[in-house]
Amino acid sequence: MALIAQVITSFLATGAFGIIFNAPKETLVKCGLIGMGGWVIYYLLESYTGNAVFATLSATVFIAVLSQELAKFYKTPVIIFSVAGIIPLVPGGLAYDAMRNFVENDYNSAIGLAAKVLMIAGAIAFGLVFSEVINQVIRKIRQNKVRT
Amino acid sequence: MGNQVEQTYDIMEVCLLAGKIMLQCGGETYRVEDTMMRIAASYGIEKTHSYVTPTGIIFSAESNEPTKTKLIRISERSTDLKKVAMVNSISRSISSGEINLKQAMEQLIEIDSMNLTFPFRIQVAAASLASGCFMIMFKGGWNDFIPAMISGGVGFLSFVYFHRFIPIKFFSEFLASFVIGLLSFIFVKTGVGHQLDKIIIGSVMTLVPGLLVTNAIRDLMAGHLVSGLSKGAEAFLTAFAIGAGIAIVVSFL
Repeated sequence: MALIAQVITSFLATGAFGIIFNAPKETLVKCGLIGMGGWVIYYLLESYTGNAVFATLSATVFIAVLSQELAKFYKTPVIIFSVAGIIPLVPGGLAYDAMRNFVENDYNSAIGLAAKVLMIAGAIAFGLVFSEVINQVIRKIRQNKVRT
Repeated sequence: MGNQVEQTYDIMEVCLLAGKIMLQCGGETYRVEDTMMRIAASYGIEKTHSYVTPTGIIFSAESNEPTKTKLIRISERSTDLKKVAMVNSISRSISSGEINLKQAMEQLIEIDSMNLTFPFRIQVAAASLASGCFMIMFKGGWNDFIPAMISGGVGFLSFVYFHRFIPIKFFSEFLASFVIGLLSFIFVKTGVGHQLDKIIIGSVMTLVPGLLVTNAIRDLMAGHLVSGLSKGAEAFLTAFAIGAGIAIVVSFL
């Protein structure tokens, strides 16, 4: 039941972000579906392993690879599909917690939280770059096959 | 000879306009450079150099005559993915030779002057829906859904209005997050809302610079060090503004 609520809300939230970023109308549903897939992966992995960094990395790789394929298919920039999908993974909640602890003079837990925010942001970045590398490798393998 | 010089300037004009629209609407740096080089190459200027930062583009074209360089300043940036897609498709049809220089210029000018954003009411509705949904995604309870929607929507609304009033992005973000914090605090105090943290996190998500952060990191990894760092600085300023606005509410009330 909790999972169904997560699926529906992540779809709606990502689609709504597509509207705020003014993505083309026909891509809104696809944005929502990508965001939903990424968030479900994050949610399941995070609840099984308890490791938010790993879960973020996997979800980002999924989102980025899928958006690159879609972008090739529809001949649009990758950014249209990937941006809205990434938004739920951005550690806004953790950053807020860190900020709040700083304000309340609890520096020890604040620095711990801030380090975690940095790790998750790094995981998103690494996932994006990693998927680009995967994409280029796939492209090279295809080109070689055509040649031989 | 004079005709050719003029044509080179026209080509550069088209390249710069395309780059300017893309950069203003949140396109990645490497895509802007790539688009400008492709357009120039398909009109016959093989050797071009571009230097793209979030605040300006320097573009120079080499030909038989002395090298020509133009600079364009970019002061206002927002996110409008539709325009990025439209400029991208124009650059595609230029590379395939479908439209000539004059048509490309006319179409780009048209895109630049168009206002393609969704109606403002729909944007606010989307922002409030997103706030409510994010609150659930961050493991909040359903009884906080409506308060998160209201404070998120009002926060977005006040961000846009403050930004029209005072065109300093930092300050309008600060005020908007202050409004969000205040509203959430009032909701919890009056018993309408229950978990202050969850409501605030959900409503703040529409202001969080997610696009900036991802673009900044991608630029850094692609070797565009200057634009990566400056986008990162912009993202940091935004995050700091949001944090400060919330912090005032949390610490003084």
